[in-house]
Amino acid sequence: MEKNYQALRAKSFALRQKALDMVYRAKTGHIGGDFSVCDILNVLYNSQMNVTPENFDKPGHDHLILSKGHSVEALYSVLCDKGFFPESDLETFSQFGSKYIGHPNNKVNGVEMNSGSLGHGLSVSVGLALAERMNGSGARVYVVMGDGELAEGSVWEGAMAGGHYKLSNLCAVVDRNRLQISGGTEEVMAQDSQDARWSAFGWNVLHAEGNHVEALDEAFEQSRACSGKPTVVIADTTKGYGVSFMENQAVWHHKVPTDEEYQKAMEELKRKEAACCE
Amino acid sequence: MNKIPNRQVICDVLLEHAKEDRDIVVLCSDSRGSASLSGFAEAFPTQFFEMGIAEQSLVSTAAGLARGGKKPFAASPACFLSTRSMEQVKVDVAYSRTNVKLIGISGGVSYGALGMTHHSAQDIAALGSIPGMRVYLPSDRHQTRALMEALLQDDKPAYIRVGRNPVEDIYTPDSMKFELDQAVTLCEGDDLAIIACGEMVKPAVEAAKLLAAEGISVQVLDLYCVKPLDRDAVLNSARKVKALVTVEEHSVIGGMGAMVSQLVAEYCPKRVKNLALPDEPAIAGKSQEVFDYYGLNAEGIAKAARELMGR
Repeated sequence: MEKNYQALRAKSFALRQKALDMVYRAKTGHIGGDFSVCDILNVLYNSQMNVTPENFDKPGHDHLILSKGHSVEALYSVLCDKGFFPESDLETFSQFGSKYIGHPNNKVNGVEMNSGSLGHGLSVSVGLALAERMNGSGARVYVVMGDGELAEGSVWEGAMAGGHYKLSNLCAVVDRNRLQISGGTEEVMAQDSQDARWSAFGWNVLHAEGNHVEALDEAFEQSRACSGKPTVVIADTTKGYGVSFMENQAVWHHKVPTDEEYQKAMEELKRKEAACCE
Repeated sequence: MNKIPNRQVICDVLLEHAKEDRDIVVLCSDSRGSASLSGFAEAFPTQFFEMGIAEQSLVSTAAGLARGGKKPFAASPACFLSTRSMEQVKVDVAYSRTNVKLIGISGGVSYGALGMTHHSAQDIAALGSIPGMRVYLPSDRHQTRALMEALLQDDKPAYIRVGRNPVEDIYTPDSMKFELDQAVTLCEGDDLAIIACGEMVKPAVEAAKLLAAEGISVQVLDLYCVKPLDRDAVLNSARKVKALVTVEEHSVIGGMGAMVSQLVAEYCPKRVKNLALPDEPAIAGKSQEVFDYYGLNAEGIAKAARELMGR
């Protein structure tokens, strides 16, 4: 069946509106990273992964670990859209006593593991991939990391193990938006040698335009075809993608939009969503 | 003298169960030899994962395996497992509620002569402070076996610390009384209670004998379940006796003695003396030499008891 990329593109902009609403309402969140990672999560959940509210509690479904847990608003938006929980739940985001807290919480339906402390997800995913290989389920494991996160040494322990165990059912994605909280990644801690690093650890290295749903989908298809090694997709994204005044601005790592900024951002996202459907 | 270390018993129990339960998996960090798990690796190579010298990855990978339906036992020297991987234990194991059993080998000053890098005098404090983590220090091979059998039946995280060397038996298989999370009363007494865990239980029993000969009636409690602390057992002791002595192979800060003192101070104030390693890098030497130096032996315990009793 031919995939409807037009609808997938439109969904990305709709998901961004959900995330924007969460951050604006709660007056907290990480909107810049949400917007850069949105297409990655959208393509994985809506075009690649076999995971639904119906099979999530049963063995054999695909897994996703959001290692860059601060982009939780994007994850909750996708899970809500998939029917894991009602939209009204998102109104409690970051409110007192809510389980919808500012980092992934596996008390929320659809969330595999708690995250938020960077550098954990890859090794957790190695364990999941080993388990699914033992189970013979054919399930695939995806882990989404930030590019600033790659400075954590524990990432490279996981990379080493993934390569050692030749986990072809494991696919890591790097949200390469080139910005972290203090500024550009190349100024804070250079990450441009990634290809050589991942290759040296025994990984299949792919690149994709990270805010382009067809390109991402194609990269994930290629990762399925790779045998004998895990794949990393380095997804070149734009922080704040979709809202022109947020794009490539480090300040939008966790800035909360004013009323005026919210209105402008929402209008632009709605306009872009509509344009996808024309 | 028993020649079987507690770590060997852990391997034996896992070997016995792994054939029937193919979800049991073992992970090591280049530590299969020192963990006595080489036999498991050879017998069940598809259920064994070598993670290399990478304790953070060891713990996170174990958590991922658990999330995938496996029953992982991750073994590594207690010093590295408990503090280098503390955040992985906090987030991926305890907070995420994954069924990971952490085996801390060569605990306390087992690696005595290797110095503070290899001493685990902070593991109870570190892991015990994490919500959802259970902490066990079994005293002998029979209790270690019973503990392992019990933990195989549940799906919650736990940390089990054992020493490197064989320890003398406290129990016999026939006399073994074991209920998970319930301390064991080894002898009854009304004057004083000695509460011990791990390798310190044996000298606690010997100290009680010395004191009995002097007319001091001592209750000895094997508090192998440091967390969840058996509050009833501790408070029942405290209500009965005039004073308590705690003994452990751990820093005096944040260990079993501190937990007991906190409980007793709040609910049944009595004098408590904490015998433990001081807040300093422990002196180097064989375990027994280190214990003797710090008074963590029968005579040291008896001396503390006499002082508390005004003798």
